[in-house]
Amino acid sequence: MVQNIIDVRNLSKSFDISSKEPGLKGTIKHFFRRQTKSLKVIKDISFEIKEGEIVGFLGANGAGKTTILKMLCGLIYPSEGSILVSGHLPFRRKENFLKNITLIMGQKQQLIWDLPPIESFYLNASIYDLDKFEAKKRIKKLSEMLEIDEELFIPVRKLSLGQRMKSELLAALIHEPNILFLDEPTLGLDINAQRNLRKFLQRYNKKTNATICLTSHYMKDITSLCKRVICVHEGAISYDGELDLLLKKLSPVKEILIVCRSEEDAIKLENSGFTVKNKIKNEITIKIENNSITSSLKTILNNFDIEDLFINEPPIDEVIGKVLIKKDYDI
Amino acid sequence: MNLRKYLKVYKKFLHTSLASELEYKTNILVDLITAILSLVGSIFLLSIFFQNNGYIGGWKFEQALIIQAIYTILNGITNTWFNPNLTEIVKHIREGTLDFVLLKPIDSQFFISLKKINPSGILEVMLGLLLLFFCIKINQINLNLSFLTLSSITISCSICILYSLWFFISTTTIWFVKTWNAIEVLRSFLYIGRFPLNSFSFSLRIFFSVFIPIAFITTIPSEVFLGLSVLWKILLEVIVATIFLITSRKFWLFAIKFYSSASS
Repeated sequence: MVQNIIDVRNLSKSFDISSKEPGLKGTIKHFFRRQTKSLKVIKDISFEIKEGEIVGFLGANGAGKTTILKMLCGLIYPSEGSILVSGHLPFRRKENFLKNITLIMGQKQQLIWDLPPIESFYLNASIYDLDKFEAKKRIKKLSEMLEIDEELFIPVRKLSLGQRMKSELLAALIHEPNILFLDEPTLGLDINAQRNLRKFLQRYNKKTNATICLTSHYMKDITSLCKRVICVHEGAISYDGELDLLLKKLSPVKEILIVCRSEEDAIKLENSGFTVKNKIKNEITIKIENNSITSSLKTILNNFDIEDLFINEPPIDEVIGKVLIKKDYDI
Repeated sequence: MNLRKYLKVYKKFLHTSLASELEYKTNILVDLITAILSLVGSIFLLSIFFQNNGYIGGWKFEQALIIQAIYTILNGITNTWFNPNLTEIVKHIREGTLDFVLLKPIDSQFFISLKKINPSGILEVMLGLLLLFFCIKINQINLNLSFLTLSSITISCSICILYSLWFFISTTTIWFVKTWNAIEVLRSFLYIGRFPLNSFSFSLRIFFSVFIPIAFITTIPSEVFLGLSVLWKILLEVIVATIFLITSRKFWLFAIKFYSSASS
């Protein structure tokens, strides 16, 4: 049986936030009498993650995804509840725990700006107590997986964002952690760089059975990497389960574009009882519920003269967008 | 603590930091010229103070030069290690990159205090040492074992006090986010360390001994050089340095519990 590697129980986090009224008067008032209030950003959440799982955290900006990741890796102390990651209390930041995890943030970098990435890799290797031979071996292996070579010897400030992100990944993985926390790793990358990064993460997960917790606003990251998603809405979990199930629930119908041989056939099809979205000459778009797709298509193919047909999935961004604004999903 | 690992990491810190700085050769040259001009200016200023009266607070010009030499060494150490590293704490906290430091399996205070090095500060330390050797010669100081031991102890204590004060102020960034002004105030107080403590009024002497222990930083080591120091003062400096070091360490460990990281 696969073990739980992350166990979160009734976790909450509050921050003291100060607010300021607009204008000069507000600024002066804010300077002399700062008004702070306690804001509960994470509200009594519980979940488990199994070893080797890739889990995506979904939510709108400010929903609390990054705070959850930072509590999981031990950067932020929880206000209430318990977290166990790989058998450790993360916020104690014990050496054995830190050697097992890594945090990669798309918008922050740890590489030394004026030097080639290779220098940062060897520095990290010494921090993780790896000897030069072992470090060299791991750098070679990871750079092959990430498909970077010459870039290792060019100062970081001269690398493109994509090359820098690959180097960041290598720096963060040199100690071969078995839990990866990724906070928007593809932020700002072009489509090819995003795809390469996703490919790498898939391969890394397969090769090492590492557990990956990921937040991203790019739905392609989530759909191609995560079987399971945890949706966070205003600090609470609104859905925790399989991504496919969520998508089926959120988009129960598919759109089918049918190209008929003649306009007459299209008219016949229009009047045959299907829900029609639109019709242009011999092309007609109908909506069919997911659970009756096969039988409906059989009926159409048997009774009408069809030239071609296309099944369109609703745009994933549109579907997931619904999750970000809804409080609860019972599936 | 695995000493071998820490030595290995420090060697890497030195290497990467020097390599980064050497990318900008002109900057190092400008820093060196600034250090020389600053030392010449300070000596000139000191000589003006001593022009009309041969003594200030019971110290001759040649003796006061020792304080200037120790100040230059300490300022060099400040510019080599404290300035590049401890001012970076503010940046780490404001930008949230302290996350990377806290998630490394290494002592976070060690990491943020020693990661960087500014080579031009080393040149300032060397200038201070040169001036100190010159002062030893003109003041005809006898270099025996007890003198060397006591001077090393007092200078080490001065470095510890200076580091702790600076580190303490930088740590408060976790709550106040911007503390540049406090660091600037500390630096300006350190300028006072170029003059003998006795040259100030009684109330200022108390202030610079009790509240901001500038007196311990330069005057006591200088008194050791001139054979004017008494044992209780040296012991007091050791005690003050130990208390400062322990307090700054405990304060750091306490403060990082309140680190909330920068929002993404």
